[in-house]
Amino acid sequence: MCIAGFAGQRARVPPDPIPNSEVKPRSVPNCSVVFGHVNLGKLAAYFTLKFVGENWLSFITESYSFLWSDDKLSFVPGSDAISQIISIIFYGVFIVFIFYGQRIQMYVMIREVEGSLYKLKYIKEEGRKITIETIKEIGKPQTDPSARVDRYLEYFTISPQSMDPAGIVYKLDHILDVRDTRLKDEVKIMAPAGNEVQVNNLENTLEAAMALNFIYKIIRHFYIQGKKTLSLYIIMQLQMILPLVMKEAEAYASALKAFAYGQPIGDGAGPLVAAKLMHGYETRKLPKDCIVATVPIEGRTAFIIKAEGPGGNVGKPGDAVKAVVQENKGKIASVIMIDAGLKLEGETVGEVAEGVGAAIGGPGVDQFKIEDAVVKYHIPINAVIVKEDIGDAVSPMRKEIADSADKVIDRVKNVILERTKEGDNIIIVGVGNTIGIGQ
Amino acid sequence: MSETSQSHAPAKISTYLLMIVLIVLALSVVALIFSFSAFVEGNEIVAGYLLLIGFISMGLAGYVLFQSRKRAASMKIEAPKVMTTIECKKCNFKSIREFQRGDFVFKDLDPCKKCDDKMIITGIYKEVKEKEKTYSF
Repeated sequence: MCIAGFAGQRARVPPDPIPNSEVKPRSVPNCSVVFGHVNLGKLAAYFTLKFVGENWLSFITESYSFLWSDDKLSFVPGSDAISQIISIIFYGVFIVFIFYGQRIQMYVMIREVEGSLYKLKYIKEEGRKITIETIKEIGKPQTDPSARVDRYLEYFTISPQSMDPAGIVYKLDHILDVRDTRLKDEVKIMAPAGNEVQVNNLENTLEAAMALNFIYKIIRHFYIQGKKTLSLYIIMQLQMILPLVMKEAEAYASALKAFAYGQPIGDGAGPLVAAKLMHGYETRKLPKDCIVATVPIEGRTAFIIKAEGPGGNVGKPGDAVKAVVQENKGKIASVIMIDAGLKLEGETVGEVAEGVGAAIGGPGVDQFKIEDAVVKYHIPINAVIVKEDIGDAVSPMRKEIADSADKVIDRVKNVILERTKEGDNIIIVGVGNTIGIGQ
Repeated sequence: MSETSQSHAPAKISTYLLMIVLIVLALSVVALIFSFSAFVEGNEIVAGYLLLIGFISMGLAGYVLFQSRKRAASMKIEAPKVMTTIECKKCNFKSIREFQRGDFVFKDLDPCKKCDDKMIITGIYKEVKEKEKTYSF
């Protein structure tokens, strides 16, 4: 068997058995393909194939014959045509990867981001379509609301200046109030036939569409910037956070229809528990968009607070808690807050956990107000949360979360029994979006 | 309720990718033709290699095309099936139906068929049947 292309090979090659090269065999015995043999010129005639590849193969043989000539060491290993071609290709690929590896990697990442961007664009357009269709269906507007919806998809809120942070909470609170009022008024103009509940639901639908539009624009911005600058690091950062961004975008996409139809969402775990506790009792309104019911529980008087449903609404639990604490002149034995909490990977959806502190998300205004009120009167504050991920929080409520409401009630009763005395006043707040949940 | 329907994105594949796939497909066909010719010529080893290259590249091109189509088709917003639980507090009669627009938890409905007391919606939820990967820790 001939082994080609290695130093020292020539010493072991037997002398030429046939001196006249014209009568040499087309191939050397035991050496199936002679093309590319180190002693090709001496031992064998060139390959003469009759098909299209013939010329090309001969060309390679001729052009690169210096590699296997007698007085030079071979550079390309392999005893036959194919393995030598593969070797050359391998070297080529290796060299290309040395110089252009990072760029190739970047193009692969760009392709990946591009794919996600197409998906985001589709989701964003679906969001817009669903919003417009729902407004037309519910609101029965006289004119086409598309232009107004498009204008509101670009709506923005500027957060207050924080160079001097004193009083920033109330500034932010004011700006959020203005935003909320403006959005609600716009929805009322777009959907004149909608009632209060439907207007709230439409407002939530529009907000989900706005969130999708914003996510799409941010990702597109960094994608174009990365492509323009050909910066691996911009593209790499984008590609790294993309799975989380896509998860959030998909969550908002599934929230769209839930809001449009007025279905309860995972974030409504708190209001669901509060509604179960207050159902059948008289309720009264509290500032702002919240309601309270006075319910006797285990010999205590519980003030159950939730946002007013069944329209999409989170209310302002901060103001509501403050109002109830002030009504009772601070004589509150405990505040218990119930909310949906983000679960970590590996935890089960609907798992109930207990702790202390103000369990409330959002921009922090309500948390600040609640903490302010309880600190003033030294009221202990407890929290019970229902674990779920971001996708579950904004999509229709999962059965596990709905079923956890009874477990939460048991935990709340335990807290009441262990932490308060008979005859005490307590506040129980169901925090979250009360869409699809009455009272 | 029509909300279980899914809205599909147009199954669009990038022209660039399609072009590459077509070129690879064309080259694989050429490799197969070469392979046949080599076999006819008696160069069985060359024929074997070309056959292998032809089939591998054809398979890869087909796989990439299939994957792209699958990804394009999977671009959709799924509206899950949402159920409404209705209960009679007096006789505990319970029924479950698909969610209807206007349903909300604690909404009063028509009187119970058994005891004529009012029925209320006690739950609205979706059931997710997902196979979550289990980890040993």
